[in-house]
Amino acid sequence: MTMIRKKVLWAVLFAVAVVLIVLGVMNGGALDVLAKAIKICSECIGLD
Amino acid sequence: MCWPKRSRSARSVSVLTDRVKRPLTRRLIQLYSALLYNAHLRGFVEGEIYTGPLKKICVPGLNCYSCPGAVSACPLGALQNAVASSADRPAFYVVGLLLLFGLFLGRVICGYLCPFGLIQELLHKLPTKKVRKSSLTRKLSRVKYMILLVFVLAVPVWFALKRVPLPAFCKYICPAGTLEGAVLLLLHPANSELRALAGGLFWWKFSLMAVILAACVFVYRAFCRFLCPLGAIYGLFSRIALLGVKVDPVRCTDCGACVRACPTDILKVGDSECVHCGNCIDVCPEKAISFCAGKIVLHGPALPERGQQK
Repeated sequence: MTMIRKKVLWAVLFAVAVVLIVLGVMNGGALDVLAKAIKICSECIGLD
Repeated sequence: MCWPKRSRSARSVSVLTDRVKRPLTRRLIQLYSALLYNAHLRGFVEGEIYTGPLKKICVPGLNCYSCPGAVSACPLGALQNAVASSADRPAFYVVGLLLLFGLFLGRVICGYLCPFGLIQELLHKLPTKKVRKSSLTRKLSRVKYMILLVFVLAVPVWFALKRVPLPAFCKYICPAGTLEGAVLLLLHPANSELRALAGGLFWWKFSLMAVILAACVFVYRAFCRFLCPLGAIYGLFSRIALLGVKVDPVRCTDCGACVRACPTDILKVGDSECVHCGNCIDVCPEKAISFCAGKIVLHGPALPERGQQK
């Protein structure tokens, strides 16, 4: 992969990442993460 | 490019100080990040987890959000839960965050910003006979991609279609969850009710964690190299991540000293198995390897400007 292609790919993926994060915050994805993370995760602990 | 000549003694002193300095710096960064991820120290005392708004944000490294000290979310746990509920809501947020972490840091996260990586490295410091890398460990390093596909993506998606959330990696494998979440929470005297709920699944995860941690004593970063799906994700960014070790192709003579000195299963410096620990920087006889952030050299010899390359 040439340096220019790398830079273009990086810039495109960066833009995609920012768009995804913004969309995720708008569609409630961030709140889903919060809702899961503030409860003790029974799967992580291995509770049946 | 012309380099200032140094005497042999000055060079050896420089190499010595670099060798003393850099691993310590990396270790300090690992420690600081582990402390930062788990800054809710009151949780360790009270046996409860942090429930504040910071948990909306994922940290880059593997750190269970059920750890009593965790102040933010585990990216792998968040990804699985987002995939598991993707029938209702596409997993944009977590995928975007992982993309961002990968683009900027790649597997530097594994080498510097993962508390479970730190635990594995400290265990490997125990003075025992060590298992060296081989064609077998190279083959085993592909297992983490299978785990990513099956336990993090396929099984949660399959069950999401049936409207049953199942974060399979967290539930059946994750030793970080068992160690940081289960053991620390269940050991606390205030959590006797939780202890009563621990059954066969807990003992499966506990046994697996014990085996993995024992393996880490003999094998360098056994979990990280062979099983960690988060490392597999960040490995996909190895060619384009901004931060990491870079090789100057002009100076490199393909002598292979870097690959031989590397404790992981790399085929070349900076590939998807490289955790950018920087051990190779000192052993390169041509001084062709540097730790860079884009064009900025953070450690090691300066890379030549484009116009000065052959």
